[in-house]
Amino acid sequence: MNAAVTSTARYEITHETQYSYAVPVALSQQLVHLFPRVCSWQQCDVQTLTIEPAPTHQRDEQDVFGNPLTRLSFESPHEKLTLTARLSIAVNARELPALENSAKWESVSELLGYRADTSPSSDVLEACQFRYESPAVRLKRVFVQYGDDCFTTDTPVLVAAQKMMRKIFTEFTFDSGATEVTTPLIEVLENKRGVCQDFAHLMIACLRSRGLAARYVSGYLLTAPPPGQPRLIGADASHAWVSVFCPQNGWVDFDPTNNMLPGNEHITLAWGRDFSDVSPLRGVILGGDSHELDVKVTVAPQLIASES
Amino acid sequence: MPHDPPTIAANLPSTQTAAPDKNHYQEMLDANNVVRPHWKRLLQVVNSSPRQMQQRQRLIHRQIRENSVTYNVYADPQGADRLWQLDLLPNIIPSAEWQTVAAGVAQRANLLNKVLADLYGEQQLLRNGLLPTELIYGHNHFLWPCRGVQPPGGVFLHTYAVDLARAPDGRWWVMNDRTQSPSGAGYTLENRQIMARAFPDLFRDLRVQHLSRYVDTLRDTLTRLAPCDAGETPLAVLLTPGRFNETYFEHLYLAQHLGFPLVEGHDLTVRDGTVYLKTLAGLQRVHAVLRRLDADFCDPLELRADSALGVPGLLDAARMGRVLIANALGSGVLESPGLLGFLPKISEHLLGEPLTLPSVATWWCGEKPVLQQALAQLKKLVIKPAFPSQHFDEIPGASLDDAELAALAKRLQERPYAYVAQEQIRLSQAPIWREDKSITQQAISMRVYAVATADGQYHVMPGGLTRLASDEHGSVSVQRGGGSKDTWVLADGLPQGAPPRARLLGAKDLVRGAAFLPSSLAENLFWFGRYSERCESGARLLRAAISRYVSDEDTQAIDAELTENLLENLQRMYNTGSQVRGRLSHENWRALVEIQRETKLMEEKYEPAAEPEEPATPEKLSTEVKTQSQTQSAKNQSQGQTQTIALPLHKTLTPEIIPTIDLGDSLEQLDRLLLSLAALSGFAHDDMTRDDGWRFLMVGRRIERLQCLAGVFAKCLREQIVHRTATLQRTALDWLLEIGNSTITYRLRYLAAAQLIPVLDLLLLDTSNPHALLFQMNTLDYSLDQFSLDQFLRESENSSDTSLRGLAQQLTALDLGSLESSLFGEKNTVDFLNGLADLLDNIALACGQLSDRLHLRHFAHVDDVSQQMVSS
Repeated sequence: MNAAVTSTARYEITHETQYSYAVPVALSQQLVHLFPRVCSWQQCDVQTLTIEPAPTHQRDEQDVFGNPLTRLSFESPHEKLTLTARLSIAVNARELPALENSAKWESVSELLGYRADTSPSSDVLEACQFRYESPAVRLKRVFVQYGDDCFTTDTPVLVAAQKMMRKIFTEFTFDSGATEVTTPLIEVLENKRGVCQDFAHLMIACLRSRGLAARYVSGYLLTAPPPGQPRLIGADASHAWVSVFCPQNGWVDFDPTNNMLPGNEHITLAWGRDFSDVSPLRGVILGGDSHELDVKVTVAPQLIASES
Repeated sequence: MPHDPPTIAANLPSTQTAAPDKNHYQEMLDANNVVRPHWKRLLQVVNSSPRQMQQRQRLIHRQIRENSVTYNVYADPQGADRLWQLDLLPNIIPSAEWQTVAAGVAQRANLLNKVLADLYGEQQLLRNGLLPTELIYGHNHFLWPCRGVQPPGGVFLHTYAVDLARAPDGRWWVMNDRTQSPSGAGYTLENRQIMARAFPDLFRDLRVQHLSRYVDTLRDTLTRLAPCDAGETPLAVLLTPGRFNETYFEHLYLAQHLGFPLVEGHDLTVRDGTVYLKTLAGLQRVHAVLRRLDADFCDPLELRADSALGVPGLLDAARMGRVLIANALGSGVLESPGLLGFLPKISEHLLGEPLTLPSVATWWCGEKPVLQQALAQLKKLVIKPAFPSQHFDEIPGASLDDAELAALAKRLQERPYAYVAQEQIRLSQAPIWREDKSITQQAISMRVYAVATADGQYHVMPGGLTRLASDEHGSVSVQRGGGSKDTWVLADGLPQGAPPRARLLGAKDLVRGAAFLPSSLAENLFWFGRYSERCESGARLLRAAISRYVSDEDTQAIDAELTENLLENLQRMYNTGSQVRGRLSHENWRALVEIQRETKLMEEKYEPAAEPEEPATPEKLSTEVKTQSQTQSAKNQSQGQTQTIALPLHKTLTPEIIPTIDLGDSLEQLDRLLLSLAALSGFAHDDMTRDDGWRFLMVGRRIERLQCLAGVFAKCLREQIVHRTATLQRTALDWLLEIGNSTITYRLRYLAAAQLIPVLDLLLLDTSNPHALLFQMNTLDYSLDQFSLDQFLRESENSSDTSLRGLAQQLTALDLGSLESSLFGEKNTVDFLNGLADLLDNIALACGQLSDRLHLRHFAHVDDVSQQMVSS
């Protein structure tokens, strides 16, 4: 094994979310996905969640997809809600699979489909959770058509996925003003603009509409500060990418926003069918009128001794 | 007789006339065209007195109208209510045949309950390949967050319905399973209630099985299984999406018969994993929720974030085992025609027995060989979506041309697992009674209902909703306007099993008054009171105005001015209303403007002003009253009868409304409106229990009447009495008496024309006159004292300088004697009257303030809306 593969990166991550309400909120219930799930390539040493005001009730558990989930409720009137998650986490680089050697995409699609009197393996059953429509990913003919030149006959599934990723990266413009959380995918495809969440959803739609299994991964990405400038606190953001199921390799990550296969610069928080399963903070408030949202994320790399 | 009713025999299809269609099973006739034995008695009745059949037909129509059995049509929220259609002839099923059906339905319900338990638990059916993941994970009603939730008693499927069709072989076949929140049981019960009245003797003679056990069982199951802490009495509610839902009538009906409060999502709140109902007395724990809301809309926190109808946190309350939800959240996943073909094997696997009810032949296209089979015979099949998210209606292959067939085939091949092909079923035919007294045959299907019992079995309602198909292939859709029939299952003389034992009520369970008065209901009652009173005041003002024009007295000049004044009063009244709430004001003001325009036209001094967009009508008044009454009575089963009053009130006006107003007709309509309103208030006085809900209704009425009268009197005093001649004064005073509904009292007492002092006494100070101002003020004061919860309000009320109590004292102290002598001079009289007008204005103002305070104190939280938020 070479040094690059086994190298480990360590990060201090701060994710601060602040809601300010125009009038006091009487009741607030929140679902929080801010702690990283257990992955073989990540070790989280420290994770803390600071909440202001103190919640009336708090419960930590796992959601149905195995992600850490914190349930919060606030039953006293408050005009502001601040959540700060701090993580100290080490991420190992992952060995890149040989994409060309993966199974043909058609055979993977068929493997995942139902055959009478056949019991699916637990891997396949798990993969099938991520094979169909989900709240943010409707399957339509246009998504098949959009991927036609990537999914040519007998293309290995991971090669096709890589082509798909590159196509989205090449043809789409990153534009944080172009979409909102609720923008339909079909509109994203028409306008060819969006953010990482849109690109991940789009790639998932293209894969699933061909009968492949693809899941939405939420996390962080180490970004480089502009040359010669110090790293700005809070200048980072949540990130999202895609994981594709391949029978030989298991799940392989693709990042269509950056046209890369995630290594140790991607920190995984949670995965689900789409954003709605794993959004960092999702909630319902009673009252509050209008609200302002401020999110600050800092991903700070820590120097560690080489472990090669 | 011009229309001699023909005998039934002449209408029976016979070999000579219309050969019975051998391709369809005939419910009434056997293969030899002979009437089946169990139909004979009904036919005797039909033949013996055709005239009586017509009476029965009318009775049915009347009952449907009077009970307001409606079915809402989506995308038509305005005139949405459509009357329910019920055929005069029931479908009749003999006992032995029914036993097979009932046993099959119970078995199926039991099986589907076990399938749900598996899918939201271990998922062995998926692991063993007995079900495809496509049909489950791919189904938009498979709710992942519900996985692992254990419902009380292990019951997922509390209510179940199945659509059955009788094939030419005489057997009943399954077309659809309904597991989300099956609709129609309430309509079935209502059908039965009406039919039992139409055929009382026949009904008894035939020993038709009763349906009441269905509701009793449902109530019993929910209250027994509901998780309760020690010492708690279970509270169950019926959760409705609201009154625009297509089956809202049924929600109301079931809530009343179950004795459950009918609530909407915003009436409930979740705190620390426990569901509460917002009531006037504070939060009351809810132990069971019978939902008529699709599960994905039930909780915007964990399920559909865009749902405004749900209760945030409801799913977690179920997860924590703190509330029973019926059916369990996620039960809708079984509503897919794709599952039909997999159930026989699953039955063998889970129950160890064959499934007794056959299903219509079904090809789920997710398997390649099956897809090929389906494609090969596409023209003979019906293509259906496997999932509700696909939003397309079933497509009969026979209806397509070659190009369309090819396009359909392509769609199937692109995502085969999302499509299901089904055999075209040839529905059985049953006799239908027609308006022209003839009988024809029409295709039918039957929806049968099962309800879980507390011990985990299923009770099948002995009857069901027979639905008329619009065509012979069985596209049966009430939403598209199909009719219905009652289904009579005959008893075979065996005892029908003991009814469920009721929960034993002891002294500790005694309840006085509405224990759980939802705040939103109290608010509705309050506004209902205000609007019905406003409607009444408006009607009186209008009537007074119009009657001037249709009278032949030669007082036109005076009256024109008076009428202007009246209409101005009306305008002010409704404008004030719009500041308060604005639910009524627009339409009504438009209506009034229109009437004003018409009256002006008569005087030929009409100038086109701002054109009202809608034709005039006092109808609008009553429409709002109806809306209000529906909302409120719906929510309080014990007072459901309010609706019985208020709906005829609406109807009094609706059908007769004429686009161009004939003033004479308008007067008559206003009289009828006032009569209906009197019935409403009589009902409120005599039939409603004296709880806080009733008090809110009455306080609303008082506030409104007081505010209106005080305002009208003040204005009239200033403009029509002060500085006027005796004649002019008298006309104005007559008019005040009319508005104050005191004309007759005045005449009886004084046997004289209207004069200032006695009129003021009667209308302002006479506490024996229920239309007098002081009467309103005293009653209002008393009612507010009766509120059990309102110390705060009373304190702030009394501390206020402009409190109604203080103003009442000022009014009481009024000395009408000072108007008597000219000793004090003209100026003093003027001052006195102007001072009185000021006092009256203050009273009207205080009414508005009181209403605002009540609102702030009791209903402010009702209006709070939940909003979803998400952060990345």
